[in-house]
Amino acid sequence: MTTKDVVITGMGATTPLGGDVASTWDGLLNGASGTRTIEADWVDTYELPSRIAAPLAVEPNEVLPRVRLRRMDRCEQIALIAAHQAWSDAGFELPSEDAEPVEPERLGVAIGTGIGGPMTLLDQHETLKSQGLRKVSPLTVPMLMPNGPAAHVSLELRARAGVHTPAAACASGSEGLATGMDMIRSGRADVVVAGGAEACIHPITVAGFAQSRTLSTRNDEPERASRPFDVDRDGFVMGEGAGVVVLESAEHAAARGARIYGRLAGAGITADAYHITGSHPDGLGQINAINTAIGTAGLSTTDIGHVNAHATSTVVGDVGEAAAVRKALGDDVVLTAPKGALGHLVGGAGAVESIATILSLYHGVIPATRNLDNPDPKVELEVIAGEPRETNATAAVNDSFGFGGHNVALAFTRS
Amino acid sequence: MTNEEITSGLASIVEEVAGVDAEEVSVEKSFVDDLDIDSLSMVEIAVQAEDKFGVKIPDDELANLKTVGDAVDYIVKNA
Repeated sequence: MTTKDVVITGMGATTPLGGDVASTWDGLLNGASGTRTIEADWVDTYELPSRIAAPLAVEPNEVLPRVRLRRMDRCEQIALIAAHQAWSDAGFELPSEDAEPVEPERLGVAIGTGIGGPMTLLDQHETLKSQGLRKVSPLTVPMLMPNGPAAHVSLELRARAGVHTPAAACASGSEGLATGMDMIRSGRADVVVAGGAEACIHPITVAGFAQSRTLSTRNDEPERASRPFDVDRDGFVMGEGAGVVVLESAEHAAARGARIYGRLAGAGITADAYHITGSHPDGLGQINAINTAIGTAGLSTTDIGHVNAHATSTVVGDVGEAAAVRKALGDDVVLTAPKGALGHLVGGAGAVESIATILSLYHGVIPATRNLDNPDPKVELEVIAGEPRETNATAAVNDSFGFGGHNVALAFTRS
Repeated sequence: MTNEEITSGLASIVEEVAGVDAEEVSVEKSFVDDLDIDSLSMVEIAVQAEDKFGVKIPDDELANLKTVGDAVDYIVKNA
């Protein structure tokens, strides 16, 4: 290992499959589904065509004290919950008057989100209209700002080496990890708490995605709605969740004898500059992202055992991604798509799925793609379906793409 | 309303907004230095106190309410 090596020493998550990493991973291996019928009145009120979503399995109010909850947007709450878990998993105590487990000036945060706290924005606007200025919360702005999740984690862990909030739509979580890796490699930090969070299952987001015709309307079978690479897929399922990892320079981790899950060995970030929502049909941006990730990792295409696909279960996106992966990595690589189980966690997706990718290498087993009953013949790579698959591969790629033309590929290796 | 009732009413507001145990909220305590309440929470506490006790607490008055006792006195005089 060189001093530029970046390792993962802690992981935390709260997702539709479970309130932590262990339960989420069990859900992925056991083929669970996080998708549910939305019980709220607004589905009927606005006659929304998609009546399903993947909400958190564990509500934040089961984890955080009441007063902390009321000072944070839901997106901030879940980022903090996942960060607490990751921090503890890495073997660190929370900073106190007596102890700072990591020198604050060497500790950074990079937690992305797609939209941050619009639920607060909308709620407080309603309050302003119905009850006037006096009743608007003085915490409105810090609750709605998209850097809020990262900022709360910085406050909690006393991180002063810089706090970043990559906003790359559905690739935000992966860009959080890439940013954290860059901070360590450039010498700005020894440890970075990195990831992504999203919590905005709200009538306006569901309506907006519905109007862009990207959501599944398989309302009568919620658990079968998210079906990446399946011939009968009809759109994604809106989810919420957060994933956070502790990234650490290999030197720093070794010096304290930390348990190492794996390495974040490389990252590729490109943009399509083609269409505001659609991927470029030639897939070049996605291909270049993968090539850059494995190139900067010092890996070759044959090292990559599997790709954790972005595959959201949309008709166009999944096929385009499979073609791009095939062009980048050849015919032998296999795909898996955890959104069949998780739904689409938007800004949290890339981070939670990075954790799944890391654990696949760490445990030597890749979760199957839920609901892949009839693989789309236009997908010319094998997609793992049915049962989890054992693997001896030492490296894997996690793909994430986002509205705006963002492509982020992360290359992970076993330590 | 007695001073004790006002103190107790303020204590429940402080507990609701800032999570400070109501039993900790006594007249000699400073909102900032003893109860660790920040300026954002003070705004919320003032709004709730206005509703509960039927007073107006303008910003320039709020700035002078350093202790719980200051707030109780202000409410007694202005309610």
